[in-house]
Amino acid sequence: MMQLDEIQKRLLYEVADLHAVPEGAYNIRSNSQSAGRRSTENIEIVSKTDVSGLEIHIKPGTKNESVHIPVVMTESGLKEVVYNDFYIGEDADVVIVAGCGIDNCGNQDSQHDGIHRFFVEKNARVKYVEKHYGSGDGKGKRILNPVTEVYQKENSSVTMEMVQIKGVDDTERTTKAELDKGAKLVVRERLMTHGDQRAISVYEVELNGKASSADVVSRSVARDDSYQKFDAKIIGNAECTGHTECDSIIMDNGRILAVPGLEANCIDASLVHEAAIGKIAGDQLIKLMTLGLTEAEAEEQIINGFLR
Amino acid sequence: MLELKNLCFTVNVDGKEKNIIKNISLSVPDNKMVAVTGPNGGGKSTLAKLIAGIEHASSGKIIYNGVDITDMSITDRAKLGIGFAFQQPVKFKGITVFDLLRIASGKRISVKEACEYLSSVGLCARDYINREVNASLSGGELKRIEIATVIARGTSLSLFDEPEAGIDLWSFKNLIEVFRRMREMIKDSSIIIISHQERILSIADEIIVLKDGELDRTGTRDEILPSLIGTSSAVTDCKMGAVNGGEE
Ligand SMILES: Nc1ncnc2c1ncn2[C@@H]1O[C@H](COP(=O)(O)OP(=O)(O)OP(=O)(O)O)[C@@H](O)[C@H]1O
Ligand SMILES: [Mg+2]
Repeated sequence: MMQLDEIQKRLLYEVADLHAVPEGAYNIRSNSQSAGRRSTENIEIVSKTDVSGLEIHIKPGTKNESVHIPVVMTESGLKEVVYNDFYIGEDADVVIVAGCGIDNCGNQDSQHDGIHRFFVEKNARVKYVEKHYGSGDGKGKRILNPVTEVYQKENSSVTMEMVQIKGVDDTERTTKAELDKGAKLVVRERLMTHGDQRAISVYEVELNGKASSADVVSRSVARDDSYQKFDAKIIGNAECTGHTECDSIIMDNGRILAVPGLEANCIDASLVHEAAIGKIAGDQLIKLMTLGLTEAEAEEQIINGFLR
Repeated sequence: MLELKNLCFTVNVDGKEKNIIKNISLSVPDNKMVAVTGPNGGGKSTLAKLIAGIEHASSGKIIYNGVDITDMSITDRAKLGIGFAFQQPVKFKGITVFDLLRIASGKRISVKEACEYLSSVGLCARDYINREVNASLSGGELKRIEIATVIARGTSLSLFDEPEAGIDLWSFKNLIEVFRRMREMIKDSSIIIISHQERILSIADEIIVLKDGELDRTGTRDEILPSLIGTSSAVTDCKMGAVNGGEE
């Protein structure tokens, strides 16, 4: 594996909990180059030839294996678009850990746009974890615009955890999913913005097959002068159940716009949207203060729990 | 020792002044368990909130171990050793029972220690330690966790606001034991319990009766309890069974 410096190692740890080379299949991308790759018997990682990116082929029936594909960027001014396609075979059960960490100490913007497509075959189960993290005190912005597309065949199940807690200045996340019969999608998004950061998260989920279901839940905190938009649309084209939820805390001058979108095109579609935005509950602060915490410490505990 | 001197608490309701606590003076000595009782709306919870710093007195003084704490913040009072179990426990999102006990104890406690606090309030610790303190817990479970957080703090003045409310008849016996043990191990601390239950009043050293924001009566248990039996301020066990341990 290519030598990584301390900053790159720290970023790797932040986005993928990695101290060392992960077990199983992996590809580590550092400053637009591959810093290490391993395929396994069941999981093959190959570079795309036409554009920058990877194809990840997971054999049918692969069980309890994982793929790590973290990206770290430490050069200011780097802009890249990366296309990663995941082919997940029938009956496979895998964990995929992606994530991007940018350290920008320079004055030019650094930007990583990852376009991820998941082709999930029948009965396959995928847990996808994606963390975004930024650091560095240069004037250059840290920009991440992930696009995720999920195509789920019959009875497949996808759980996505998307976390962006710190240091990303500007993000526009788009997630699209199409679900066949009996397929299930669960999304848990955790987001915190501060300073004058901006984060936009758009979901469009089409429930096309009978008994398909989607549950998209975002918990977010907007502090300082930051702005967030949560725009979640579920389209029910069959007998299905869909639920979206935006649960947000605003602090300081933070602003949040939650846009509910439900479209039922079938009499048996059952769709629910919930949204709640407000400041930290006063009684929660008071309770923790009676346990000896200062107001600031109490806030921190409440936010930490909320974003867990 | 806690001393209240001419404590008043007035709020403004639709432009009119409403006196909720009216000129209360009393003291709670060390090594004593004091019960506060009286009709609904009498001002018991408000008095506890004034002591814990959640509400601030309109006039009068609160002296704790010789220190004037009348204008102190909630946090500073907590740090001085005042603990408060709420009548209505607060729910959180994402904060677990273990988190709350860890915060309460003020140090890095082990899971085993946290479990001991839960066992002491009659909860089977393993089932609860990693649960979130949210609406998925029943009212009685939340109440017990609330009591456990105060026990975990090891405070020198502990306030319990109707700890028995929402706790079923079977567990109630258990709870009485919890408070009896607390009374035994009081060691230089004091305990204030707001309650309507005769069984709780009967383990207190002193009883304070609050009515319409005023101190109606105060004295030792033997002086006060007989006059309360049969009134709504001292619900007996069988009556309590009928309302499933709840008040109001
Ligand atoms: N901030 C406030 N604003 C207006 N009224 C208040 C306020 N706080 C308390 N009160 C009123 O003061 C009275 C005393 O309330 P408190 O909760 O202290 O009673 P309590 O003795 O604890 O009653 P219970 O036995 O029902 O718990 C009630 O009539 C209540 O509505
Ligand atoms: Mg009360």
